[in-house]
Amino acid sequence: MIRVSIVGGSGYVGGELLRILLKHPHVEVRQVTSERLAGQWFHRAHPHLRGLSDLRFVPMEKLEACDVLVLALPHGRAMRSIDRWARLADRIIDCSADFRLRDPTVYERWYGTPHRAPAWLDRFVYGLPELNREAIRNARYVSGVGCNAVATILAVWPLVRAGLVDSGRGIIAEVKAGSSEAGRQAGPASHHPERSRSIRSYAPVGHRHTAEVQMALGLEAVHLSMTAVETVRGVLATCHVFSKRPVTERDLWRAYREAYAGEPFVRIVHERTGLYRHPDPKVLVGSNYADVGWALDEQTGRIVAFGAIDNLMKGAAGNAVQCLNLMCGFDERAGLDAPGLYPV
Amino acid sequence: MTAVCPECEGPIRLAEDLMEGEIIPCGDCGAELEVLSVTPLKLGLAPEVQEDWGE
Repeated sequence: MIRVSIVGGSGYVGGELLRILLKHPHVEVRQVTSERLAGQWFHRAHPHLRGLSDLRFVPMEKLEACDVLVLALPHGRAMRSIDRWARLADRIIDCSADFRLRDPTVYERWYGTPHRAPAWLDRFVYGLPELNREAIRNARYVSGVGCNAVATILAVWPLVRAGLVDSGRGIIAEVKAGSSEAGRQAGPASHHPERSRSIRSYAPVGHRHTAEVQMALGLEAVHLSMTAVETVRGVLATCHVFSKRPVTERDLWRAYREAYAGEPFVRIVHERTGLYRHPDPKVLVGSNYADVGWALDEQTGRIVAFGAIDNLMKGAAGNAVQCLNLMCGFDERAGLDAPGLYPV
Repeated sequence: MTAVCPECEGPIRLAEDLMEGEIIPCGDCGAELEVLSVTPLKLGLAPEVQEDWGE
């Protein structure tokens, strides 16, 4: 068993980390921090976890050494104290955006503030196993992933890998996201009368995850448009790509199969009939699976690539545990083998 | 006995007592495949009934 502590455990990602790690066969959860709820049971923040642990939240100042520290803090917080976290654990997984991008100038451009620990950026590996498995396996420090970025990257990666993308025209991704993406802090936009039944274009251009997709795919022409929809969990990326050569359905089957052969958490969903012929995040709630698929317009060469995930799982906590499993030499599926709930 | 889906090239496991005219779904792409011939084995897309999505 390895000793894992979570910094920032009262948010939604912290709750998902706890839900997975309290049942993980090779992990002992040692400490979970929350300044606001220090001394309180976990179920004060995460009611579904009632009775699953005798531990209570502790303040950060009480953190002790452990084997792996998982940081689930708001963006901008992890980098302020990274030296301190590194003294507490040999391995760190940071779920925030602080260490995803390699270039501090790119970070500043998208996040509007200088990076506080630029010397650490090269020490972190971008934590998406489907693209970076071997590097993660050998890493001590792994970054989290952006949920919208993951849905987009996994949808389009097979096309990029197969050399099909017309890079001049690039990728246009319309991403629909549920309300839990916004985190636990309430604001005017999350107020129920405003949020409920809304289909809100909240970032038609300029979303921060654009930089992550560009970096991961090695493509400059990436355009994300974000729409908030009614669901609580779930991301669906609908990505429009133009092929630079004539392409058939069989070509696309080959591209997706070759990209994801043996991947434990990526499933190809592309059927001719039925309600769920394309990926739908509805059936992924609570699971670490990413469903990918496509539709092809052979007349125009337009490929519509889909990526669906649960934003709190494959888009955050589940993916972080997948990285932890790789870093610690465990079965990559450990603690993560539950399918989604259906119906929900 | 195995075959390859003529639609998506996915693998299809077939029963030993396969009969001509039988309809087999592909597990990968969901295509309904008709057994056109057993010896030699030949699969083709079965005629589709258009779905009504009520839209």
